[in-house]
Amino acid sequence: MHDLTPIISTVTAAFLASFVEVVEAFTIVLAVGVTRSWRPALTGTALALVVLAALVLAFGPLLALVPIATLQFVVGVLLILFGMRWLRKAILRSVGVIALHDEDAAFSKETAELNRQASDKRADYLAGLAAFKAVLLEGVEVVFIVIAVGAAHGQTGYASLGALAALILVTLIGLVVHRPLARVPENALKFVVGLMLTSFGIFWTGEGIGAEWPGADLALLAIFAVIALASFAIVRWMRGTDLTPDRRAAR
Amino acid sequence: MNIVRVIFSELVGMFVDDGYLALLALILIAAVTAAVKLLALPPLPGAYLLLAGCLVILLESVRRAASRR
Repeated sequence: MHDLTPIISTVTAAFLASFVEVVEAFTIVLAVGVTRSWRPALTGTALALVVLAALVLAFGPLLALVPIATLQFVVGVLLILFGMRWLRKAILRSVGVIALHDEDAAFSKETAELNRQASDKRADYLAGLAAFKAVLLEGVEVVFIVIAVGAAHGQTGYASLGALAALILVTLIGLVVHRPLARVPENALKFVVGLMLTSFGIFWTGEGIGAEWPGADLALLAIFAVIALASFAIVRWMRGTDLTPDRRAAR
Repeated sequence: MNIVRVIFSELVGMFVDDGYLALLALILIAAVTAAVKLLALPPLPGAYLLLAGCLVILLESVRRAASRR
């Protein structure tokens, strides 16, 4: 259990975070494929994957040159910023302060934009560019997550497996249903991912400043539990105050 | 050029959504690190302080966002 804790948490965090990102990229690629044609959709996707692979090959080996304590600290700080951003958004969505992300709406918006560009001479290019941008931007987040949750404990391989599993699963589901994956509970996933990334961030920043957590890697679970309890308490508290739109409307 | 700008702003946006939250988190990390390295605060209490501080910053950020809307 002791040895498995970091592996399971690394694979789970990489899988869930990548799943959310791949679902968002899939929506745009599907919109391009269905509205315009599959050629620009797949060309844009392939080019983006090549750029992502080049980024990983260029910067990946540099990580090995960074001392582990420095790496843990830097990655930890970035994960705190990244994870708390996800967590904040998930909390605000849970209480209705900001709207839930809607894949059907994103698909409709992209489709409308592609239809508007249909008469343009560069329509195929613009459609391919839309797919390229979506895959590249979501892919950069996946690459960061894989490096961030994996590098500080030398588990980039496990994190990559988690991300690859998410990519394969979303692609398979997408091929079967052939429509945006709107039924994926994105906010619940983002809530969990935000909790996990923030926990990783605090754990590694703590190690980076020299803290020896009680229970070693098991402390990650305790940190996760503390942040989860606090976040659920914040959601509960906000639902009971006038801070949410529902309560304001009821006044 | 446009795509480079989009990628750059997306990269920044990965870490900074509410600028105030990001700034407070960085100040907290810097303060805890300085206390451990310069003021001889033991690292483990420093790490606990970091955990507690992050939760306070999160609470303040969502409370502020909710009251703004």
